[in-house]
Amino acid sequence: MTADTPSPPPSDRQRTPFEKGLDRFFEGTTLTFALFILLLLIAIGLLILVDAWPAIKEFGLGFLWTSSWNPVAGRESYGVLPMVYGTLVSSAIALLIAVPLGLGTALFLSENFIPLKIRTVLVFMVELLAAIPSVVYGLWGIFVLIPALKWFLGLFGIPFTGPSMLAASLVLAIMILPIITAISRDSLAALPPELRQGSYGLGATRWGTIFRVLIPAAISGIVGGVMLALGRAMGETMAVTMLIGNSNTISLSLLAPSNTISSLLANQFAEAKGIQVAALMYAAFVLVILTLIVNILADWIVRKLQAKY
Amino acid sequence: MTAHSEASAHSFDAKSLKANRSSSRNLFNIVMTGLAGLCILLALIPLVLVLFYVFANGFNRLDLDLFTQLPPPPGGTGGGIANAIGGTVIVVAISTIISVPIGVLCAIWLSEFGGDDTSIDEYVRFGVNILAGVPSIIAGVFIYGIMVRPGRPGYSALAGGVALAVLMLPTIIRTADEALKIVPQEIRWAALGVGASKYQTVLKVVLPAAIPAILTGVTLAIARAAGETAPLIFTALFSPFRFNGITQPIATLAVLVYNFATLPFKAQQELAWAASLILVLMVLLTSIIARFATRQKTY
Repeated sequence: MTADTPSPPPSDRQRTPFEKGLDRFFEGTTLTFALFILLLLIAIGLLILVDAWPAIKEFGLGFLWTSSWNPVAGRESYGVLPMVYGTLVSSAIALLIAVPLGLGTALFLSENFIPLKIRTVLVFMVELLAAIPSVVYGLWGIFVLIPALKWFLGLFGIPFTGPSMLAASLVLAIMILPIITAISRDSLAALPPELRQGSYGLGATRWGTIFRVLIPAAISGIVGGVMLALGRAMGETMAVTMLIGNSNTISLSLLAPSNTISSLLANQFAEAKGIQVAALMYAAFVLVILTLIVNILADWIVRKLQAKY
Repeated sequence: MTAHSEASAHSFDAKSLKANRSSSRNLFNIVMTGLAGLCILLALIPLVLVLFYVFANGFNRLDLDLFTQLPPPPGGTGGGIANAIGGTVIVVAISTIISVPIGVLCAIWLSEFGGDDTSIDEYVRFGVNILAGVPSIIAGVFIYGIMVRPGRPGYSALAGGVALAVLMLPTIIRTADEALKIVPQEIRWAALGVGASKYQTVLKVVLPAAIPAILTGVTLAIARAAGETAPLIFTALFSPFRFNGITQPIATLAVLVYNFATLPFKAQQELAWAASLILVLMVLLTSIIARFATRQKTY
């Protein structure tokens, strides 16, 4: 019999109040830091609003459709219309280029056109595209892209000065493409394999399956990714600032210099004084609202359109 | 009679069983496959071009002077970016010290306790998503308003570090949350089952299991933060001198690239390319290492 060495009786020790308190304290601490994130968001919004208040009182909503920006003392006037125009147009052009390219890339990388090993390498390379710092794209744009554009447009006899909406939009397109690709690819890869099998079983071709089954099923992720890319494009600063020419005028030509809200902030904050700081804060507030709308919409679309399997 | 009707029912067009390469649907397939291939080619051309030019223009200045000397005065030659390299290390260290503890604790709540109170959980997750979407320059504007604007302490390495921390937070929360979620539920049950309390379970069992994945995420976040410029240009500003205290303006690689790119001096432009090369190498190396590190999962 092995019962000669009885195992010690199970301990019926209760946790001391100190240990229980320690547990609650730990959970409370982590909760505090979780709530800190919400507090931080509110603080960002409030601080910018408060610092912008002198300008909001002075210029009112007219700030949004006034198109002169003159910080010279005595003749000051502030309006953000050209920058809002530049922000929206540059982002729109970037999306126009990046959405078809990004979606095509995502489809190519989620289907089995090429062996998995090569695909993995290509996925990694697309991810790298997103990891290269914005300022490096700006430097590359100044010394490589703009001279190349000048040469290319010169072939058709089109004069090109250099920094312009076109150059900025092209680099923006490069920068947001990996976001669209990554999120579209994820949502395509997350689809249940039965969808594809069913479609092939009914005799659909590969691209018939892609257009009629896979893309409609993954549309929430794809649209969400495009919206996130739009938000990123609107807030992107360095590459755009270095390439857009920073001219506070509205020009319909894509070859003319323009400006965006974020470039305005990057250019003027370091030397701003007095009411100019408030005007810049007002512009920053407009940018926050614009990106907030896009990002909340993205969040909502993903939830709303999400197909349930 | 019946046999005849059966036979006629089976006499369908046998050609429809043969693959017809030139049918419109097959042609459409081939064209679309070609277009998708073209898309990825067009997407990767910029990457190759950027990497090629950064290496080609930055490599010949990758010498000892680069890491030990200060930038030359306008019109000068040679020089280095020792102050900016040191500055980037300091600013990123400040932001890491601030953002990692906050981010990891927040992630612990989200993954370990958040399920108990789903309404707060949803708000916090939504907040993290929104914070991730906040433009990087807005982080700079926010810190400018708190720490820099007239009447406040002014431009400093500390302000730059805090601004970067705001940007790093959502990345760290997301990666830490993911890392904690990968830890199997059985390990938590086992720990609680042998009598560990909640904080012992989390701090001594779950967190150590998730540490490698968290470290990978933090490394990637650090590499990205080092390249961030927008939040630094009016918080950390720039300095042509070496580090002299975290309450003073400080040079960083990213801001150096921005400032020197538009100067008409050859020496400065070369330094901008060399600084870009360092930033790109850092991102490249950390991405590759992270890829290999996450390949072998412990569980």
